[in-house]
Amino acid sequence: MKKIPRDKLIFFGGALLIFAVVQILISTGILNDFWSTIIRLGAVYAIASLGLNLIYGFNGQFSLGQWGFYAIGAYTAADVTYRWTNQGSALGMVVILSVVLFSGLAILLLRKLLSRIRGLDALSAFAIYFIAVLGMSIAGIYLGVMITPAVNGLLSALPANVAMTIVYLISILLGGLVAAEISFLFGLPVLTLGSDYFGIATLGLTIIVKVLLDNSDTLLGFEEMKGARGMIGIPKVSTWFWAFLFLFLVVLIMRNLLHSSYGRAIVSVREDEIAAKAMGIDVGNYKTLAFVLGSMFAGVGGAIYAHINGFLHPNTFNFIKSFDPMIIIVLGGLGSMTGTLVTSFVWIIVLEGLLRIYLPNGFETWRYVAYPIILLLVMLLRPKGLFGDYELPYLRQVLPPMYASHKPIVPENLIEIETLPEESLSPSSPTKASGSQEATK
Amino acid sequence: MNLENPSPNGRQQILEAEGLVMQFGGLRAVNNFNLSLYPHDLQGLIGPNGAGKTTVFNMITGVYNPTAGQINLLEEDITGLQPYEINQLGIARTFQNIRLFPNLTVLDNVRIAYHTHAGYGMFDGILQNKHFGAKEKELTQRTQEFLNVFNLQDRQGEIAKNLPYGEQRRLEIARALASNPKVLLLDEPAAGMNPQESFHLMDLIHFIRERFDLTILLIEHQMRVVMGICETITVMDFGEIIARGTPKEIQTNEKVIEAYLGPGAAALSEKFRRKKENQ
Repeated sequence: MKKIPRDKLIFFGGALLIFAVVQILISTGILNDFWSTIIRLGAVYAIASLGLNLIYGFNGQFSLGQWGFYAIGAYTAADVTYRWTNQGSALGMVVILSVVLFSGLAILLLRKLLSRIRGLDALSAFAIYFIAVLGMSIAGIYLGVMITPAVNGLLSALPANVAMTIVYLISILLGGLVAAEISFLFGLPVLTLGSDYFGIATLGLTIIVKVLLDNSDTLLGFEEMKGARGMIGIPKVSTWFWAFLFLFLVVLIMRNLLHSSYGRAIVSVREDEIAAKAMGIDVGNYKTLAFVLGSMFAGVGGAIYAHINGFLHPNTFNFIKSFDPMIIIVLGGLGSMTGTLVTSFVWIIVLEGLLRIYLPNGFETWRYVAYPIILLLVMLLRPKGLFGDYELPYLRQVLPPMYASHKPIVPENLIEIETLPEESLSPSSPTKASGSQEATK
Repeated sequence: MNLENPSPNGRQQILEAEGLVMQFGGLRAVNNFNLSLYPHDLQGLIGPNGAGKTTVFNMITGVYNPTAGQINLLEEDITGLQPYEINQLGIARTFQNIRLFPNLTVLDNVRIAYHTHAGYGMFDGILQNKHFGAKEKELTQRTQEFLNVFNLQDRQGEIAKNLPYGEQRRLEIARALASNPKVLLLDEPAAGMNPQESFHLMDLIHFIRERFDLTILLIEHQMRVVMGICETITVMDFGEIIARGTPKEIQTNEKVIEAYLGPGAAALSEKFRRKKENQ
């Protein structure tokens, strides 16, 4: 059997230990409902912030759209499970699933096709993708409505809690995928903008999503979302187990991606776009990849969040809140997964937990004075964030050993030339042109 | 003056530029630029500051889209392609002001350039399967060889921005080579180097040309380097080619001397030369 590296063992063991300890505390009732919610919220924030760290910390794209994708994921997943528990119908799940699969397929096919066209500008590409996705979505809706009764029958044949778990897991997947596909379409034209303009555009997305959710029952026609009154009746099935599992998966996916050549390509875009292009890195492609993946994480986070409280309100997805993950990753250290993980939990536990409880009545609002001050102090004292670029041993890049022969391969005549007198190398110049040319420099 | 390139034994041109024009608003930065590179050539491109040398590089590598003209790589039109596509087709470059990935290690700098030859998909990377392990090891091995060539093998874990200047220059060339080019464009590789380092560099350029079977075009201000290693030199001034020839021909070319030293300088330098010969 292959030997497991020590770092990996410690990391997996540590994760299991943290999970077990928290689970025991929750099961025995030492952590009451309030604190258990806080802990799960911490995991959700960590997932969303890790996604943003991929976009901003590793890829260098300043995005304020994370909260928009978080909202999209939350409402998508909520709609799926709401319809299952309250209407006994898998309509939401089947329709969204078929729409997502169809348009995903269209996007993948079009990417293959369009990559052959030279000099296609971003807006035309966007138009083509948009029309294709729209068409496929309509096809997906029809197909979904058609096969829903069959899926209903299949799911009701299963025990209730198994069916619920299946629907729940698919809803989380769909939350992520819907966010990913929307971010792909949105990113096509917007990612061509420079970094600051990209930030403004993504802030726009967050506001659009919030306004649409405020009017989801009238403008969008989803009556169960109840617009600005808030969506209730979502099953509260996001246990610590699921929240932790998804957080763990996100960490693993991100870690493995960043340690591969694709991750290095993503980071190279942050480091120097022009140099990356000159080295054969398709910068647009890797910006899209990071943005889509980061937004997908936000969608997954939102989907889990929807099932914690069982209640969603558009105000939760206010654009002011969209700065939360941004502040978390800056506090924790841009480009540090460890920093993001720790800061997310601390942020939630302190702001939503400790301060809410221990501040005297009527002083809760002071939290929003406290945290900007903390942020200011951190930025002044530790400009690279609390963790800088520190990573846990398993998340850290390890330097591979020198595989190649250690003996340097140097040209053989190197030493000879060094000993040659200078004149023998500079060509005999009758006009002294070379000398005088240098003098003019 | 012979403005045509020597065409040795009808060999196939590797890189060819025809009538390149670059217009920035009212400024014609490059006008009617022609260039032919044959496999294994080592050509130089010189000229006073602002002559348009780097603009030519930027057009060849796709940073700028030429206003007019055509660039062919192995008889395939590459005009107007994206920089990354041109790199993947086989043209790599270095930059006048070093452009490394400053916060990454020396090894990662080179590994990024090798990315297009990584040979595994993104999902292999995420799953970290066997295929990934084997290919990643191979990739690392290959890139470490490049570090070896440039005598950077002890520096592979160093952060690139902390390297001394000369090593940063070498790392940039190593990185360009890792993208497996056929043509290498060096933009002032010897800038800021002392004579000793310049000699090393000249040697290195000769060496990599043999070892990686490269065709090299370089911009350089240090005449010692250009005259010492280039077989053919093209001189530009105000966006136009004013001379082309061997180093010897260039040194005695009147237009070149006047471009560098001002009108009348050629006659003056001719006088000096006679005087020296008489002595």
